[in-house]
Amino acid sequence: MKKFINNIDDVLVESLSGFAAAHADLVTLHLDPHFITRKNKAVNKVAIISGGGSGHEPLHSGYIGFGMLDAACPGHVFTSPTPDQMLMAAESVHADKGILFIVKNYAGDVMNFEMAAEMLPFESATVITSYDCAVINSTYTNGRRGVAGTVIVEKCVGSLAETGANLQACKTLGDKVNSRTASIGVALTSCTVPAAGRPTFDIDDSELEMGVGIHGEPGRRREVMREADAIVRDCVDAILSDLKPADNSEALLIINGFGATPLMELYLLYNSAAKLLSEHGIQISRSLVGNYITALDMAGASITLCLLDEEIKQHWDSPVHTAALRAGR
Amino acid sequence: MKTDFILSAAKAVQRTILANENTLESLDRAIGDGDHYINMKRGANAIVDMQAELAMLSPSEAINKIGLKLLSTIGGASGPLLASFFMAMAKVLETQAREDNALKENGDESALKVATAFAAGVQAIIQRGKADIGEKTMLDVLIPVSNQFILLAAQNCDVKQICTMLTQTAEQGMLATKDLIATKGRAAGLGERAIGHIDPGAKSCQLMIEAVCKLAMDA
Repeated sequence: MKKFINNIDDVLVESLSGFAAAHADLVTLHLDPHFITRKNKAVNKVAIISGGGSGHEPLHSGYIGFGMLDAACPGHVFTSPTPDQMLMAAESVHADKGILFIVKNYAGDVMNFEMAAEMLPFESATVITSYDCAVINSTYTNGRRGVAGTVIVEKCVGSLAETGANLQACKTLGDKVNSRTASIGVALTSCTVPAAGRPTFDIDDSELEMGVGIHGEPGRRREVMREADAIVRDCVDAILSDLKPADNSEALLIINGFGATPLMELYLLYNSAAKLLSEHGIQISRSLVGNYITALDMAGASITLCLLDEEIKQHWDSPVHTAALRAGR
Repeated sequence: MKTDFILSAAKAVQRTILANENTLESLDRAIGDGDHYINMKRGANAIVDMQAELAMLSPSEAINKIGLKLLSTIGGASGPLLASFFMAMAKVLETQAREDNALKENGDESALKVATAFAAGVQAIIQRGKADIGEKTMLDVLIPVSNQFILLAAQNCDVKQICTMLTQTAEQGMLATKDLIATKGRAAGLGERAIGHIDPGAKSCQLMIEAVCKLAMDA
């Protein structure tokens, strides 16, 4: 393992401290328990809190700020945060209209947020993001996992909350975005958890992992490495058979890098996916390409498609000012 | 169950977790995300680090405190599941102690009391995880052990018999996860690819049960 590290045990706090220092105009870091809040507390709005294991930067802390999150709770690398973090974060950002938790559909995240919600002295609701169509047979799983589409949910719900909408309206929009989004990831290499010191899984130069999760957990199947267009075709097929969009559907396409794939390749994937989707009669009217939900140093990418309607479009386009996404402000 | 025993058990659990680093890590790398050992070690260390504080408490208070500490230390799925176990177990122990007090009994050390509290803990894991036996999780060890514990304790078996049997049952439950498809937890996305691998959560539970049983037998 070759990484920029001082002490394995200090990686998380040093990284959080750097994030907070670099974006001191936007966020405040709280330690023990760890949570990050907006610099300027919002008033009279639903407070949006997300969180999850670290190692997916800029998720979630990079999305704290006007138009998105009020607070984020970072766990250890790839490990869910704990209820004490969520309770303290909620205490800190609660602004009289309740708390909305946005939680990726992993057993640990769901259970920790569930225990926090049970202990919380405020009204709360939870949107569970789960649109990973890599997890095919839902009878054998807890349901689909949450991956890159979480950014769309956080953006849209965050935007709605800024208008003063109530808790239920925010939850309803989050659930709607989730139901209109599908995602699938492909890994070319493993990632290495710093504390583990070696790759999470073995993968040959001639192989790819189709349907990989954002922790390097295996997906649909191990396949032979092939040209980008063929990989994209399989991903797009999986997404379309899942979403079943009507002809001429308008959509947002995200090509998200997992951490070690250069932007050059991500744009190559975008080129391939956009062409293919237009052949299937999908109008791509919004796009996002870059590293938005990563898996440490994994090489690979995820393709996410969200079917737009006027409401989702309005909230996707609205002003936002966070460390990782900034538009119109 | 005395607080002294709880403290010794915490140390025994820490020892067995640390001694099985490679096993737990490789099992979790195969069908999970490779962090199970790190999380269990963090939890076990945190409990041993607070032994001075725990020593001042009654058994039920100590068990509850252990649950709360694990909840804020482990994270992942193991954190809330193990925390739910200890917090539910503590509630039953507290009720038992109150009843003993009312009857002016001297905190009679019956195995059935411990078994009942253990069963309440396992029930809390079932509810929190919405899982059951046969889903390739820690419950494949905990449910058979809990059922057998109640049965043996009700038959007035002695500590040695009970612990020998529970150790065996835990081992069988752990080994049985090898042939299962995971339907809960992180390995659930793998489908048939999970077959042939022992569940890391089942393994760590088996190790902890083995360590505590050995301690009880030697005591």
